[in-house]
Amino acid sequence: MDKTFTRTFTVVGNNFTDAGKVSTEIKMILKQLGINSTIIRRVAIASYESEMNVVMYANKADISLIVSPTEIQIVVEDTGPGIPDIELAMKEGFSTATTEMREMGFGAGMGLPNIKRNADIFNIESIMGKGTKLNITVSLN
Amino acid sequence: MMKLNEISEALKCETFCGAEYLDREIKFGCASDLMSDVLAFSRAGAVLLTGLVNIQTINTAFLAEIEALVFVRGKIPDERMIEMAIIKKLPLIGTPYSMYEACGILFNQGLGSTMECISEKVING
Repeated sequence: MDKTFTRTFTVVGNNFTDAGKVSTEIKMILKQLGINSTIIRRVAIASYESEMNVVMYANKADISLIVSPTEIQIVVEDTGPGIPDIELAMKEGFSTATTEMREMGFGAGMGLPNIKRNADIFNIESIMGKGTKLNITVSLN
Repeated sequence: MMKLNEISEALKCETFCGAEYLDREIKFGCASDLMSDVLAFSRAGAVLLTGLVNIQTINTAFLAEIEALVFVRGKIPDERMIEMAIIKKLPLIGTPYSMYEACGILFNQGLGSTMECISEKVING
């Protein structure tokens, strides 16, 4: 693939029925682009954890998939409450999840560490009362 | 390594969908109700045994390259889950055994853990 492919999706908070749809679509696109399956799995998992975080905690988010010849980027920009203590949120096991979230098999404080684990570069910025931005990069080399 | 139909037979499973995929080779076993654990610690090519019956189980399996889902303790997926699984070419089967029993049976038959690398690391340092 020579040029950059970009696509942006919208995820709505608290919509548990559609949670996972965007990540499923991202995986399908990456398959069609002929990306290596190990890379696809890492991107899909990071994207899915991000999507679940938006559904669980934010009002709304844009999730962008950017595929260049050298890397895949997932950018998640939400409008939401923001994360008061990012260092704490990055710790495995720390969670502010509700019972509904836990009943879906999530909310055990694994999301952000899981995203980081699957990324080559991971950036997170959050502004209280405004929202959180994740930048997930997986290298293709 | 086991064939999915061997797993199905060993666990006395009924098939909800994906009968055409029962000849799939399964490399590892994985059991959890916590989908984040599956996403974090499973490897591609595993069967997932779970008591969690909702659409996020289907999404997790699809995205983490799980080859098949086994619902334990007689749990039954709903129509929407089955429709999603058919689209995603994911076989869904169900066993009357509890999670503990089902894991024991497959482990005894030689199906290794998807998390083996982690437990070995913890035990051997």
